[in-house]
Amino acid sequence: MMEIPYTVKPHPVTGVYNGKFGIWLFLASEVMLFGALFSAYVLLRVGADTWPRGSALLNVPLATLNTMLLITSSVTMVMSWASLKVNNFGKYRFYFASTIFLGLAFLVVKSFEYGAKFEHNHFPSTDTFYAIYFTLTGLHGLHVLGGILVNTYLLSTAKSMWNRDPEHMTNRIECAGLYWHFVDLVWIFLFPVLYLL
Amino acid sequence: MTQDEIKKHVRIYIAVFAALAALTVVTVAISYLHLPLPYAIAVALLVATIKGSLVASYFMHLISERAVIYGVLAFTLIFFAALLFIPMYTTFEGSF
Amino acid sequence: MSVQHPLEHRHEAPGFWRKYLFSTDHKTIGIQYAITAMFFLLFGFALIMLIRWQLAYPGKPFPIPFLASLLGEARMVSGIMLPEFYNELGAMHGTIMIFLGVVPLAVGAFGNYVMPLQIGAPDMAFPRINMASYWAYFLGGIVMLGSFFVPGGAASSGWTSYPPLANIATQGQTFWLIGMVFLITSSLLGSINFIATIVQLRAKGLSFFRLPFFVWAQFVTAFLLLLAFPPLEAAGVLQLMDRLFGTSFFLPSGLVVGGKALEVSGGGNPLLWQHLFWFLAHPEVYVLILPAMGIVAEIIANNTRKPLWGYKPLVYSVLFLGFMSFIVWAHHMFITGMGTVMSTFFQATTMIISIPSVVILTSLIISLWGASIRYTVPMLFALAFLPMFGIGGLTGLPLGLASSDIHLHDTYYVIGHFHYVVAPGTLLALFAGVYYWFPKVTGRMMSEKLGKIHFWLSLIFINGVFLPMFFQGMAGVSRRLYDPTTYAYGKVVQPLNIVMSYSAWLLAVAQIFFLINLVYSIWKGEKASSDNPWDATTLEWATPTPPPHGNFLTPPEVYHGPYEYSVPGRKTDFLPQNQSE
Repeated sequence: MMEIPYTVKPHPVTGVYNGKFGIWLFLASEVMLFGALFSAYVLLRVGADTWPRGSALLNVPLATLNTMLLITSSVTMVMSWASLKVNNFGKYRFYFASTIFLGLAFLVVKSFEYGAKFEHNHFPSTDTFYAIYFTLTGLHGLHVLGGILVNTYLLSTAKSMWNRDPEHMTNRIECAGLYWHFVDLVWIFLFPVLYLL
Repeated sequence: MTQDEIKKHVRIYIAVFAALAALTVVTVAISYLHLPLPYAIAVALLVATIKGSLVASYFMHLISERAVIYGVLAFTLIFFAALLFIPMYTTFEGSF
Repeated sequence: MSVQHPLEHRHEAPGFWRKYLFSTDHKTIGIQYAITAMFFLLFGFALIMLIRWQLAYPGKPFPIPFLASLLGEARMVSGIMLPEFYNELGAMHGTIMIFLGVVPLAVGAFGNYVMPLQIGAPDMAFPRINMASYWAYFLGGIVMLGSFFVPGGAASSGWTSYPPLANIATQGQTFWLIGMVFLITSSLLGSINFIATIVQLRAKGLSFFRLPFFVWAQFVTAFLLLLAFPPLEAAGVLQLMDRLFGTSFFLPSGLVVGGKALEVSGGGNPLLWQHLFWFLAHPEVYVLILPAMGIVAEIIANNTRKPLWGYKPLVYSVLFLGFMSFIVWAHHMFITGMGTVMSTFFQATTMIISIPSVVILTSLIISLWGASIRYTVPMLFALAFLPMFGIGGLTGLPLGLASSDIHLHDTYYVIGHFHYVVAPGTLLALFAGVYYWFPKVTGRMMSEKLGKIHFWLSLIFINGVFLPMFFQGMAGVSRRLYDPTTYAYGKVVQPLNIVMSYSAWLLAVAQIFFLINLVYSIWKGEKASSDNPWDATTLEWATPTPPPHGNFLTPPEVYHGPYEYSVPGRKTDFLPQNQSE
């Protein structure tokens, strides 16, 4: 009876465990997903007669706040992983919960922003600028939401997992972190492209 | 990784965090200068690229990652570039 | 390799649900994929058989009144197919055959079942994700089937779903998009699993250049699925936004439909959809063909009892092919007015990508040189693949050149071309694979006699279906015409449609031999002489039959390349990869 190897320990040649390689492959596909949407943005903008400056239509201060929230959540995420690496489960729990909280705060700010747009009768159907704005931020928001759900699940099972197999637990947080940083990375590009240019 | 290495890492994370926050302020401040569009695009994308590289290099540890992951990402970036830049040469001759 | 975790000694026998339905075992999932995909292949074939009546006898009542009344007045009025229904059938035939039939069979079924065995792995790297991949595929299939029953019927804008037509189509198009999201999710999960498994889980000693060619083909295929599908997902999201939230990503300003100006903001670009769609759909062609090439390579090596001629060129070609397939997509768009700069670039890359295909085909043909070939049923299918794929590939060249494409674009020539690649090409190879690996899955052989009847009838009639298409296409008959006799030039080649339709129906009859053989042989077939009835060298034959959960009794170790046949000075004419010395 054979077991699946390298689920926790890294492969001697590639140097990574299966999960980490898997999450990177997933992120590669995510690059292509958002890449295609950025490509759509470029093609639409190049083909348009006029295109508004985002700062004239969108709320830059709110978006700046959201940028700060996501950046902070990224650093708490990596700190939670580092805490597990030094066997400090309490600190991990604090940082990891902060990450979830900051993610939620991001979504709350985002919903206020959407609400204000709807109040002023700005919808995806208004024009191509709002169409791409709502689509890109909406899809990104779904990614944040997905991350929050998975992270909440991981936090709820963290204690028993930590007691059973701490290395496996640390790996899971590393993978969750890679995804979360990627979502942050997408926002880092979305923010100037939509709001500032 | 040893405990000392982790401690060193944590100091780097804090520094990266500070840099990201500072660059966010910088890019927003520049946007209030209302530069002509080509310059604004160049500056904003430059700052975003720096920020993105910091996140990828340090938070996602790409600065010291394994060859197998570099390989996957290299191909991804080539195809991403193809997808981003080639359609731009679509001209709109004729009408649809 | 066999690190035992004290906590994982929970291997009680799984119950019925876990064993057959929600299994995480790659072999069960592979069989699930195979059964579902074969069902969809038959279903997609049935759709086109209806169309073949309308094409052969346009405007004549359907000869099976029972079926006509079953389909209802919304689809057939007094036995005559309505144009709207015709469009549904065409669009869904393409969608189902590609996304629900051939790819799931070639990748989901063969890849899942055979690849982990060939690399000596106990299972896929992520068994639960593997299960999720199958169920996402299944749900996508249900959504696609369900779309036939929504008001206005299924998607009817072609399998390419070009806007603006698709934007203003009936509800079925929304179902199509949602179904595609499930299918894309499925292939995404599958491809991550395939790549991770091949990179991480190869047996000891199995270096990359000892991998069977089939594994290489699956490896490249997985990368194509991983990186080319997300842009279609993005395009699907944009089209959903257009249809559900009234955006205008694909709708230009000032669009008039049926004499009325469309009430949308405009400013969109229909070519955006074509770029994103073909960014997937061209690599998708290679997703359809590479696993078939892999299967054929395995069977040719085994039945010529010789190493493949040029294993390394084959591998480099398949890698180069995979890479290039990402930058040829706009050769589907020569006549869109995208500009001569684009056309020139994509025409050049298209000519370049034909080189590795020719290298692969040539290597496989030269492999036959000087061999004393065993004409087993799988070998017959594999041999037939070579000229069929050759015709498919070579007829693609005039389509890849912008100037000749102006005449041929959107005619039956195109249909003939890509069907030669996918139907007489890939499908024959997939049949070869079924006959070849059947004894590993069931421990029994499929009937040689029924197999040969199936082969010869299929080969004759499948050519009867597709060969006349080239003549029709060169005569100028458009691919989407409801009534091919609308134009005078179509009337000249109309008799060919009758030949093609009878061939298609007889091709269906030929498949009865296959289905009987398949079902009969599972229980009553002749028992396989050993775990390795074909005297093959690769690792899947080193397992018990059928392979148990975990596949290998002891972790295998590999000492040789994949095709050590007829090694001089040995008693047997094959040297299995796991046999030391």
